[in-house]
Formats: sequence, structure tokens, C-alpha cells
Amino acid sequence: MNSIVIILLLLALLSVGYQVGLSRGRTVAATAQRTMHSRPNYHGLMVALWCIVPAAVVLLLWAVFSNDLTTNYILSFIPSDVAGDPNLLREAMRRIEQIAAGFGVIGETQAWEVAAGEGLRQFRSVSFWSVVVLAAVLGIAGLLLMSRRIAPRLRARNEFEVAIRVLLIFCSLIAIMTTVGIVASLFSEAMRFFAFVSPIDFFFGTVWNPGFTTSGGAGTGEYGLLPLLWGTIMISAIAMLVAIPVGLLSAIYLAEYASPRVRTVAKPMIEILAGIPSVIYGVFALVTLGPLLSDIGALVGIQIRATSALTAGIAMGLMIVPFVSSLSDDIITQVPRAMRDGSLGIGATKSETIRKVVLPAALPGIVGAFMLAISKAFGETMIVVLAAGNAPILRFNPFDAASTVTVSIVNQLTGDTNFASPQSLVAFALGLTLFGMTLVLNVIALYVVRKYREQYE
Amino acid sequence: MATTDTLRPMGHSEPKDERLARIQKSLRRRRSAETRFRIYGMSAVAIACGFVLFLFASIMHDGLPAFWQPALQVKVTFSPDVVKVAPKPEKAPGQSPAEFQRANLDWQREVTMVNWNRVIQDAVQAAAPDVELAPRDVQAVVSPNQRFKLRDMFVENPGLLGQTVDVSLLASANVDVWLKNNIDHTLGDDRQQLSAAARQLVDRLYENGTIKMVFSTVLFTNADSRGASAEAGLLGAFIGSLYMMIIVIVLAVPIGVASAIYLEEYAPRNKLTDLIEVNINNLAAVPSIVFGLLGAAVFINYFRLPLSAPLAGGLVLTLMTLPTIIIATRNSLKAVSPSIRQAALGLGASKTQMVFHHVLPITYPGIMTATIIGVAQALGETAPLLLIGMNAFVATVPTTPLDQATALPVQIFLWEGNENRNFFEPRTAAAIIILLVVMLLLNAVAIYLRSRFERRQ
Repeated sequence: MNSIVIILLLLALLSVGYQVGLSRGRTVAATAQRTMHSRPNYHGLMVALWCIVPAAVVLLLWAVFSNDLTTNYILSFIPSDVAGDPNLLREAMRRIEQIAAGFGVIGETQAWEVAAGEGLRQFRSVSFWSVVVLAAVLGIAGLLLMSRRIAPRLRARNEFEVAIRVLLIFCSLIAIMTTVGIVASLFSEAMRFFAFVSPIDFFFGTVWNPGFTTSGGAGTGEYGLLPLLWGTIMISAIAMLVAIPVGLLSAIYLAEYASPRVRTVAKPMIEILAGIPSVIYGVFALVTLGPLLSDIGALVGIQIRATSALTAGIAMGLMIVPFVSSLSDDIITQVPRAMRDGSLGIGATKSETIRKVVLPAALPGIVGAFMLAISKAFGETMIVVLAAGNAPILRFNPFDAASTVTVSIVNQLTGDTNFASPQSLVAFALGLTLFGMTLVLNVIALYVVRKYREQYE
Repeated sequence: MATTDTLRPMGHSEPKDERLARIQKSLRRRRSAETRFRIYGMSAVAIACGFVLFLFASIMHDGLPAFWQPALQVKVTFSPDVVKVAPKPEKAPGQSPAEFQRANLDWQREVTMVNWNRVIQDAVQAAAPDVELAPRDVQAVVSPNQRFKLRDMFVENPGLLGQTVDVSLLASANVDVWLKNNIDHTLGDDRQQLSAAARQLVDRLYENGTIKMVFSTVLFTNADSRGASAEAGLLGAFIGSLYMMIIVIVLAVPIGVASAIYLEEYAPRNKLTDLIEVNINNLAAVPSIVFGLLGAAVFINYFRLPLSAPLAGGLVLTLMTLPTIIIATRNSLKAVSPSIRQAALGLGASKTQMVFHHVLPITYPGIMTATIIGVAQALGETAPLLLIGMNAFVATVPTTPLDQATALPVQIFLWEGNENRNFFEPRTAAAIIILLVVMLLLNAVAIYLRSRFERRQ
């Protein structure tokens, strides 16, 4: 209900503002002695903007601060002995919320609880409506101010274009704010985790056994990162052993050898792989690939678990193939034609040209592409959650079950919202580690790819 | 004096035919290396394409049978001996609507209390007159919630009392497993999901045509179900995904396009825009699970958005899709020929007019493709949603983006983990097929729209 009122208010302001501005602009234009600087629709847009921005600012401020204000208001009802104890306070708040919402509460209700609930309800509706009215008044004030300014000399188009530019800058800052948000939230929660467990135990510990969240069990369990890190590296290495040869060679073949007919079939087919969600690879690895590998292992006399580092690694490698092949394709086609022609002209065969001229020239770019692929493998989650067997033990056998950083993040945080125990906070320390690793890989890789591109431009 | 083959002085130390033989030998070697290289490339392409085919074949093989499930085609008699309820209350003159409502509810409650299991048992008995039925076996064969179907039929039409009608009752999940041979028929009684008597009953009903395989509409019309696995469907997950996709399109597309326009058309080349650029490229490569951690810490823990709600999921996916859309839109802006910009500016358009009236319309097909790629990627994403509680079991179809919901890929993950694996493995594959079909449709729409746009220009 509330959000509908707000949306209707804003829409009304917007359309009224535009109409007023437009018609006022037209009247001024009809009566003016000289030509107008801007066309009437820019006057309309400008008035609409002046209408909606003050109103939106008020509503935004209210959205940000209303919770704190409401809490302060309720606190004035609560006796000091309850307000002093965090647990009692939280419980009291919950009960008051329920009374205000009109639900019954369990047990006896205190007089102050009822009063607070009633007060809260009144406060909510009074504050909401006063904010709406304030927003409307400000919007109309903006409308009046701006429509008075409309005159032949007014540079309404230029002003509107400045507003557009501000909006565009704001939008492009959202990407920055996302990164800041990621770093800040990971850091602050990870710091809270490091208050329980020392960073040395975390980064250099060899045992991962976080135990279970229990009410008083803070600090129990062992949080050694190394088994998870090793699992991540081992599975990623297996994935790369699959993805790099298949991806690179198929990119070369399709770019240099394949007939157009083969290319039009095979290229989209490989690209389909990139569009398949990773959870599907995970299910496939668990249901089909794992048992298959296990049977093959039994044939040659190696014991391979159905859910193992190998299973997850191969599935992940196949998932990354299109990534490697499309990046390599881009990079190989950027090698100048003249280098190829020179090599072919002195009698080298096609494969010699590729191996001795094209690939060395493209090497930095290809290395960059591989690093991006590795970073993708580090961060992959669903395949390993489903198919790696979840065994966070430091062991070097790829045929056995393993666990990774991402799997542990999912296990520790799934469905848990009470970020107070080290068991759930550790997810953020793991996330920070993962973010750090992929950040370094990405930044180096992006730098290398960019440098490489500039070299041949 | 050089001693290597290539620099050996010609004609002096080596007779002509010997030299020819040496060259031919080396040519043979080089040609076979060429062939080998070609074969490597071909086999890489074959591996990749073969895997695509294998993946799809195995999903189809597993999933297609799950679109049909057994149902009992029986004649149900609403015998007055079992359905012992008073006639449906009529609205008496002078009765207030509230009283009538209450009487109606009381009557419905009475209908619910009818021994519907008995009605079903009688119907099954009529279909297999020569078998002695135990209530337990009938309840094991018919899916548990089917009794509510009979109840609803009766509430809808109380005139059914004493009549016999043809009804299709879904068989239970275990019957599905048994009839599709998804469980070994030779296993001992203690390891079978159905008792010996129930198995006999099923076989008997299947032979005489009472149990038929019908198209599984519940897959599309029901939400997830725990008590009655045979009636578990994808509608809840589908609606959850739909809400999230709407949020992604409404937020990510305008913001992404706006920041792409700023970075490509307006931004001066300086340290800040460089930073934004590196940052966006890096964000595109940040593991998706890190966005899940961001969502858990910021949206859930700080802004107190409801857990498991498509709103929080949609926001996380928006942040995740943003870089994809920005990068793709920038690329299509880059591809616009500078002559268009110069022509617009030359005719006196302002920069904003040039961008919004002339450059942007040309890039619509590119933006559309970018949007579809981004949305498809968001649609398949699972890991971040697990961290904000979207893996909760939700048995209802969400009506608003603030209700508890799950998403299609998460539902796949949840079904894959269900204990009744014999039944849910094919269902998971069926869900995968549906997810892939949705993605395929998205891409088809993108291709269609793009071709229409391109034709118009």
C-alpha cells in the first residue's frame, strides 16, 4: 500500500510537472519577442525534474532514517531495566512489533507494551503521511519556482543535459560502489571472525573442522584454510588440464583449418557450453560423469570415487572450454596477417607458422586468457558442491573426495543469518581469500591482455 | 665453418641425390607433423562437440520419461455411506453474510473430515475386484494429496453425492519409480520402497489398464511438495525466477546502459575513468559466490530485506549482471561509425542529442543481445542465491517479490539432494530440460528481435 502511494505520488508529480512546463514554454514562445533558446519540451522536462528531485530526496532520506527514528521512538516507551539488557530489549521490540501489526502475542502483555504498540502504529501512519505530504509540497514548490523561471533566455536544454550527465555519472559509480561494498563487507565481517580465530591459525592451519553452531560454542572448531586451498588448486589444475588443450586446440583448428561448413556448426555448438548454468554441469558430473569415471577406474584397476576431485575437475574443465577457446580465438586473430604471410612465404607449413610464429606472438594474450580461466575455476561453486564429495582433508590423491573454498562458504553460510558465531563468520574470511586470489589473477590478466592488444593496434 | 644441416654449403660435400633424399625425408617429417597437428585440432573440436551431444543426450535420456507419470483412471463413487455430510448450506433469508460464511466454512471443514482415503480405496477396489486390499497398500499407491482433489471436487459440486464419476488420481512417487524400472525389481522386500502387496497391486492395476502414464501437468502447475513427491512441481521456482528476472531487467539494463554511455561518450580520459574501467572488467570476473556474500552481509544483514525473497535475490543478480551489460553495451557503442557522430554534431545537435537521438538507437540490437546474455546468465546462477536463503523449502507459489521463493536452478539443486533419489533424479533432469528450454526461448526472442531491428534500419 505504502509503496503504491509513493509511486503514484512520484508519477503524478512527474506528469503534472512536464505538462505545466510544456504549456508554459509554449505560451512564452508564442508571446515572446525573440526566439526561444530551448524548445518547449525541454522546459517541460526541466520542470518535471525540479518537481521530482526534491520529493525523491525527502522520500529517500525517510527510507534511510525511518527505521532508526522508529526505534528511538519505541525506546521512549520501554522501561530502563528492559532497555539495558540487549536480549530482553530485542524480545520486547519483537513483541511490540507484533502488537502494532495487530497480531496476538504469547503470554501476558504489559501495559507499556500495549502503549508502545499503539504508539508505534500511530507514529508509523503519522510519519508516513507527513513525509508524503512534505514530499508533495516540496515537489509543488519546485514546480512553481521552475515554471516562473521559464523565459526566452533560459537555457533549459543545457540545464537538462547537465542533469542527464549527473545521472549517467551516478550510474557508472554504482559499479565502483559494488566493489567498495564487496571489499567493505568482506573485510568487516572477516575482522569479526579474526577476533575469534587468529589469522595465523586461519591461513596456515592444516585442519578444517569448524564444528557446529551452538549457543555458547564460540571459538570451538578448527579453521585451517590449507586443506580448502589445496582442494581449490587441485581441482582447478585438473580443470585446466582439460580446458587448455581442448580449448586452445579447437580455437586454432576452427580459426585456421576448418572449412566454413564445419565452423558454422562447431563454433556455436562449443559456445552452447558457455550458456549452460553450472548447476547443470554439477548434476551431470554427479549423476553421469562420476559413476562413469568410477567404472573406468575399476577397469584399469584404480580406485576412483564417484564424487572426487577428478570428477569435479573434468566437469569444470569442460565448462571452461568455450571460455578459453573464445578468448584464444580473439587473441590469435589479432596477430597481424603480415607475420603469418611472412612465415608461409619462406616455406613454413601451416602448423609451423602457428606453433613458431603465431603462438609466440600471441603468448602474452593467451597467458592472460589462461589466468582469467583459472580465476573462473577458483570461483566455481555449484560443480564442486555437487560433485567433489565435500571432504576438507589435506590429501594429494585426485581420485578421492575433496573440498574447496567455495564449498565451505556455502556450507558455513547457507540459511544462516545470525552472523555472530565464528562458524558463519568464517565464510567471509574465506570469501575475502577467494576475492583476493581472483582479484590478483584478474588484474594481472586484464593488464596483460590490454598491453598485448595495444602492441598490435 | 657451420656444421648444421641448413648451412652446409650446397653441392660440395654432398651428392645431389643424397641431398634430395634428405630434403624429402625432412619434408615427410614436416608433413606428418602437419597432419598430426591437424588431428590434434580435430580431436579437440570433436571432444568439445561430442561432450555437448553427450550432455544433451544424457539429460534427455534421464529427463524425458519424467514428463509422464502414472495415474490411476478410476471410477470414484461418492457413496452416502462414506461421505456422511449435511447438505451444503444455502443462504437463508435474513441470514447475515458473515453467518453464512461461517456456516459454509463449517460445512467445508466437515467435508474435509470425511474419510476420503476410504472413498479412494473403494474406487481402487472396484478397479481390481479380485485383490484383497489393505488400506495401507492403497495409501502407498495413491499420492497422498489426491484425497484433497476429491474433497475439492465435492465442495465445488455437492450434487456428486451418490454419483460415480471418472477421476484420474496421481499415483505416488514410489509407484512411478517401480513402473519405470528405476529401482531393481529383484531387490529383497526390505530394500524395496513399496511393500510386496502394494507392488502386486500396482502390477495388477497396470496390467488391466487402470494405471496409465499421463503427461505430468503437476510439474507445471504445482509448487514444490515434500509430503507428496509425485505432485512436486516447478511453478513456485519459475515464478521466483520470473520476479528476479524482472528486477534484473528493470534495474540492470537502464543502469548498465547509462554507465556504458557515460564511459564511452562523455568520460574524459583520466585516472578516475581508468579506475572505473579496470574495476568493471574486474567485477565481471569476480566469482558469483562473492556477490552472494555481499548480498548476505548488505541486503539481508544490514538492510534487513526478508530472507529467501526474490527481491534480495534480484538485487544480487542485478549487481552481478551489471558488468556484463556495461561491457557489451560499450562494445556496441564503440562499433558505431564516427561519421554518424560527426554528422549529428555538424548539424548543430548537442552532445546529449547526438548520443540519445543518433548513436543509441543504432546500438539497440547490441543492447538487446547484451541484456539477453546477462539475463540468461542471471537465470542460471545458483551459488549466490544459496547464501541469501533461497534454498529454503517453499511449498507455495510466491505472489509478491517479498514472499519466500526459490529459483529454477536452486530447485534443481534441491531436488538433486532429495532422499528419494530414484524418483527425483529423473525429475531433476526434467527440471533441467525446462530450464534449458526457457534459456533457449530467451535466446530465440533475442535473435528474432535483433533481426527485426536490423531489417528496419
